[in-house]
Amino acid sequence: MTAAPDTPAPPAGPFSGLPRVLRLIAGTALSLAITILGLLLVTFIIGRVVPIDPVLAIVGERATTAQYEATRLALGLDEPMWKQFAIYVGNAVQGDLGQSLRTKREVSADIIRYFPATLELATIATLFGVLVGVPAGVLAATRPGTWVDQIVRIVGLMGYSMPVFWLGLLALLLFYGILGWVGGPGRLDAGFSMMFELDVKQRTGMILIDTALAGEWAMFRNAISHIILPSAVLGYTSMAYISRMTRSFMMNELGQEYITTARVKGMPEWRVVWVHALKNVMVPLITVIALSYAYLLEGSVLTETIFAWPGLGSYITDALFAADMPAVLGGTVVVGVVFVTLNMASDLLYRLVDPRAR
Amino acid sequence: MTLLSVKDLRVTFDTEAGRVEAVRGVSFSLGRERLGIVGESGSGKTMTGRSVLRLIRPPGRIEATEMVFDGTDLMAASEREMRALRGQRIAMVMQDPKYSLNPVMKVGAQLTEGLRLRDGMSAKAAHGKAIEALEAVQIRGPERVMEAYPHELSGGMGQRVMIAMMLIPNPDLLIADEPTSALDVTVQAEVLSILDGLVRDRGMGLIFISHDLRLVGRFCDRVLVMYKGRVVEELEAKNLMQAEHPYTRGLLNCLPRIGGSRAPLPGLDRAAEWAE
Repeated sequence: MTAAPDTPAPPAGPFSGLPRVLRLIAGTALSLAITILGLLLVTFIIGRVVPIDPVLAIVGERATTAQYEATRLALGLDEPMWKQFAIYVGNAVQGDLGQSLRTKREVSADIIRYFPATLELATIATLFGVLVGVPAGVLAATRPGTWVDQIVRIVGLMGYSMPVFWLGLLALLLFYGILGWVGGPGRLDAGFSMMFELDVKQRTGMILIDTALAGEWAMFRNAISHIILPSAVLGYTSMAYISRMTRSFMMNELGQEYITTARVKGMPEWRVVWVHALKNVMVPLITVIALSYAYLLEGSVLTETIFAWPGLGSYITDALFAADMPAVLGGTVVVGVVFVTLNMASDLLYRLVDPRAR
Repeated sequence: MTLLSVKDLRVTFDTEAGRVEAVRGVSFSLGRERLGIVGESGSGKTMTGRSVLRLIRPPGRIEATEMVFDGTDLMAASEREMRALRGQRIAMVMQDPKYSLNPVMKVGAQLTEGLRLRDGMSAKAAHGKAIEALEAVQIRGPERVMEAYPHELSGGMGQRVMIAMMLIPNPDLLIADEPTSALDVTVQAEVLSILDGLVRDRGMGLIFISHDLRLVGRFCDRVLVMYKGRVVEELEAKNLMQAEHPYTRGLLNCLPRIGGSRAPLPGLDRAAEWAE
């Protein structure tokens, strides 16, 4: 006769003294730091190899040699490469990404202004994608070949193939221009926009949260009427992707033997699908959702342009056209950090959901 | 008393490659006894077992002139009535606990969900009942097993959890589909004896599906031998050695015996006319 189940011994490692979840988080943070260091190395090298003289870009073509030399020394460009990199990393860690040539402000200050708009848009778009895409995928998977499946497939296919700028223009024309159901381009109506800048304490830079915290409900509603269209347009694409992946993961899980077990136990079909199967579907789906969220967080230039949305995508694009290298590289670092962090978070979440991966 | 009566059961799959008949006119009846169904892979034995629970998913179809369980016509029962039967009165133990237990749910949650959801039992009462069930399959430290995930259990342990889970509602009929084939040989005997004891004590009917003719002979009262979706021979287990059908004889002869002749084992004869 066998005794109690054998519990696996915790693996030895740098954090083996900590409890399992903490160990997981500590390990993730370590690999996060290493990845970001690598990212900084890449942006540092790009900054040195582009054929734009950083000193000249600041002082202008008519500067004297003395001015040029002074700025060169101030930027630390006379130091050896490794030291320059150390200074660059040290500054970046403290949030100093240099000064934008175009706006004459700190790049980090610019990003703090622009990123919340993208964060707000991407979050609502992803919520839309998940809340519609997951149920749609599940419904399609449980009724393969029926009209429900066909509709999900066709709507998804349109989301894949319709160019987002075209969809955005059509949506603006219909819902704003003709029907007048929603607010137009921008994050707020012009009047509210001024009020938001002056009267509302900007805690997060995300209008929906700041106005709600301040109790400015008229402004809050206005912000919703502005964000609903761009987030739906963006969310449509991610919904198409998520619903398709959900359908295929779900089909796979529904063929597994534990599903038969649940049915043998007399579980109703809703529980078999939405509890037994969906819990397993969530494991791979977390990665899909995180990737699609990270993609949206990079700022979608086209959507931001059409909806006059002052987000990260349009900031970096404008900087690129102005050859504003500090802003471009700073923005790249932020996008990279966001991407890597989200990936790590999804990895962590994945392990929490799937006991086999712990 | 007849618990289950099946007449002319057919299971067909309409696939793109044409119609496949997995079970072709199987009839048997069963009291509170132990019936073995034996055959090679693809003989239709698993499909026969799953048909009784009506668990064949489309594109598979079940047809039978009669399939009655304790007075309930299984062919005419609504999905709702079937669910009530499945949960309470007919249970099934599957081959490999690695696949038949939900990998992301704790064992405890899987054991108690029927009690909590269907019988509306409190968490505490359901927990107590699950512990009892684990003890009945001779699991020591049941509290720890309740908190474990399936991948943390060994195969024998997992199969005992499966048996415990299926026997919690005290079913009248248990279908065991190759319950020990995925287990190590040393554990097989243990799991079998637990299963045997529980089935005897509770006086339930058992359909034991296996490819192992000798095992079934030892373990069951009666044996159906299936070949290509048909029953080719039905006999009392004690008369197994006197089997007349050449296919059954073939199955018996292709097993090695310790201390027996070392000559090559005879291959299995498969004559097309047996399938007619």
